[in-house]
Amino acid sequence: MSERSDSTTQNLSKVSLPQAGGERLKLSRQTPSIEVDRLSLYYGDSLALKSISLVIPEKRVTAFIGPSGCGKSTLLRCFNRMNDLIDTCRIEGEIRLDGQNIYDPTVDVAELRRKVGMVFQKPNPFPKSIYENVAYGLRIQGVKDRRVLDEVVEKSLRRAALWDEVKDRLDANAFSLSGGQQQRLVIARAIAIEPEVILLDEPASALDPISTAKIEELIFELKEEYTICIVTHNMQQAARVSDFTAYLYLGELIEYDDTVTIFTNPKQQATEDYITGRYG
Amino acid sequence: MAKRQLATTSRDNPGVKAWFGQGTPWVWLSGGAVAVSMVMVIGLIMLIAVRGLAHFWPAAVIEFDYVARPGDAPVRVIGELSRSETMTAVAMREAGFMVPEDQELVTRHLIKQGNRDVTGRDFVWYLEDGMSEWRYPRDIVQIERLQWGDFFGYLRSYEVDGVVVAQGDDARAQFEEQLAQTSALVTQIGRIERFDIGNVNFRMERIRLRERGLELTVDLDPSRREAITAQLAAERAALEAEHEVLEAQRQALRQEVGRFAVTVETMGGERVTIRLADIVHAWWPNDMSVAAKLVHYAGEFWKFVSGFPREANTEGGILPAIFGTVLMVLIMSVVVTPFGVLAAIYLREYAKQGPLVRTIRISVNNLAGVPSIVFGVFGLGFFVYFVGGSIDQTFFPEALPSPTFGSPAIIWASLTLALLTLPVVIVSTEEGLARIPSAIREGSLALGATKAETLWRTVVPLAAPGMMTGLILAVARAAGEVAPLMLVGVVKLAPNLPMDSNPPFLHLDRAFMHLGFHIFDVGFQSPNVEAGRPLVYATALILVLIIIVLNITAITIRNHLREKYKSESD
Repeated sequence: MSERSDSTTQNLSKVSLPQAGGERLKLSRQTPSIEVDRLSLYYGDSLALKSISLVIPEKRVTAFIGPSGCGKSTLLRCFNRMNDLIDTCRIEGEIRLDGQNIYDPTVDVAELRRKVGMVFQKPNPFPKSIYENVAYGLRIQGVKDRRVLDEVVEKSLRRAALWDEVKDRLDANAFSLSGGQQQRLVIARAIAIEPEVILLDEPASALDPISTAKIEELIFELKEEYTICIVTHNMQQAARVSDFTAYLYLGELIEYDDTVTIFTNPKQQATEDYITGRYG
Repeated sequence: MAKRQLATTSRDNPGVKAWFGQGTPWVWLSGGAVAVSMVMVIGLIMLIAVRGLAHFWPAAVIEFDYVARPGDAPVRVIGELSRSETMTAVAMREAGFMVPEDQELVTRHLIKQGNRDVTGRDFVWYLEDGMSEWRYPRDIVQIERLQWGDFFGYLRSYEVDGVVVAQGDDARAQFEEQLAQTSALVTQIGRIERFDIGNVNFRMERIRLRERGLELTVDLDPSRREAITAQLAAERAALEAEHEVLEAQRQALRQEVGRFAVTVETMGGERVTIRLADIVHAWWPNDMSVAAKLVHYAGEFWKFVSGFPREANTEGGILPAIFGTVLMVLIMSVVVTPFGVLAAIYLREYAKQGPLVRTIRISVNNLAGVPSIVFGVFGLGFFVYFVGGSIDQTFFPEALPSPTFGSPAIIWASLTLALLTLPVVIVSTEEGLARIPSAIREGSLALGATKAETLWRTVVPLAAPGMMTGLILAVARAAGEVAPLMLVGVVKLAPNLPMDSNPPFLHLDRAFMHLGFHIFDVGFQSPNVEAGRPLVYATALILVLIIIVLNITAITIRNHLREKYKSESD
């Protein structure tokens, strides 16, 4: 027993916890943004998510951790219904955004995705100019006024901490940017349409450490205004950036609590095994 | 241990097996295949280029005395050497030539001696044995005429109004000077006939159709009917007046050009008078500097490319065929691109992938393998007779029984070829769409774009290079296709271009000429095969050049698009 907790502390000593020592966020005191209610998801006949229930608080960063194939990305993709693209995918249960079930047949999926933006693992800018990439979401909504577009593009790029690097070459092809810049461009593109929630699916896994640090800094700033869900393989990253952490294993939600609790005093043995690296 | 074993194995089997194992033969085989293809393509283009382009060079005209059988009086022959060949004596004897008993091989020369109206045969074989030394007299004139082909001979005199005004060198100078003026006038006459009088006739036909339409309209107020009839009559009168003016102009010009003539002595010593109005061009091939020959060459080539055909297509130019080919390919592209692209988008993006879609895809691919003549038959039955016939019944009843759209026309030819090339466009577009990474689609959808918005704003522009590839293949195939066109729109000689200054300017209901069919017609259907032969090569060269130009244009556009939508995936 003592041996185990020692190793936990040792492991975590390498990880800098923003909240460590400070005041702890209480999950029960947060304003809910997304409520997941007994969500089960099937790919054909196989059950990928098993009756998951959790509440994602507003204007906080929630991290989803777990081994590969545990369903964390699948869960994330439920929040903006990206799983709809997969023919064999079927869900049970509810996900409520601001109290409304997003799987209700009356919900306009495009409208939902405007509220719940998403950034993918690999940067996926469109083969257009930097400017057009950021303006894409607005153009879809029919905004044609050049002044409005200019303003939004600048604001979004500034918030994504990319403006200073690209302001002189907004007409350059987005592929001329580096991987880290592309990822920030994609984040700028997502926040240009003013979503409520931003889903980040392993946003830094394809990036070098410096770019990763920039993205993490950005996440820290963005939570002022947005609810953020992040899937990550990198435990240190989860510990660094998130306020709450959910551990999933084989499609089940094992444990969900504030990040400090998960990393210092997990209730479940499985969680502790995973974060101390004993899993496997 | 294992390593050493591997090494010994390969050392144990030297020679062929090791050579195969290294992959060297495959490199040679594939390289050889490329080399053979290149040699064939370059050889083909060189062949048609050399044979076709040589035709316009002013070849030397030879003169010799010929003795057909020993003891005969020598006959003077003047002409251009067309080609030579060496045959066995037996074959020549069977062909009716006199060949001495002891000879085994005979060389004979095909001489283009022109003067078809005088001698009846303009290409004649002569045995080398009967020929005297070849001479190249500087004062032989070669005259290209509007009718009867070329004329070879000696210029004897120049006449105005039937009176000889100059002889010898003097005649040549005056003739050349006058010919330039006359040619300009003849061109003017041609323009009046083809365009001005053509226009009047076109409008006359319109009035006739409107009159006929009036007759067919039953429920019309009599006073209104009278008013329209009167108006039409007035228009007709105006046109007739216009026609008379043009006719008078034409007559005056004809009279003017008809005053001048030259008398030329043929190789047989006959004197033939040729009106300058009938002369297209005259030159002294043995008396030309290289520069003069180059000018002549360029002029002849330009006339070939920009002129209208004469003499059952064996003389004159191929402008209508070039025009028809290009216009047909353009109309086909305009039809097939949106049609094929939309079909491919549906198949790839919207249709539920299953047995039905698979069947459709297989059918589409098989469509590409159907012989083109089958498309021609289908086009004739469906487009020309059914669709065209229905259009005539509905919209052009006044023209019946003569068909408007119900006969072979450029629109039906284009549609038939569009059908023929549709599979190519569908397949390439589908491939282009399949190559777009799903991350791009997801990125767009995640920004709140609907599927249609994602398609039109992101996926389709990215797939554009694939579509262009399809179009390039389609154009190459369509431009070279002849068989189906013979059924649905191509004619030997079209009186009018499918595009002119008469509204609606683009006459899709007209039959047209096509380079591919022109090659077939001149080469194999013409009464004068020898005269047509070089034209076949020249026409083939022009056709290949047009296909190359169309393809280069399309490829340039495609590369431009590729550059514009360059992404990591490429």
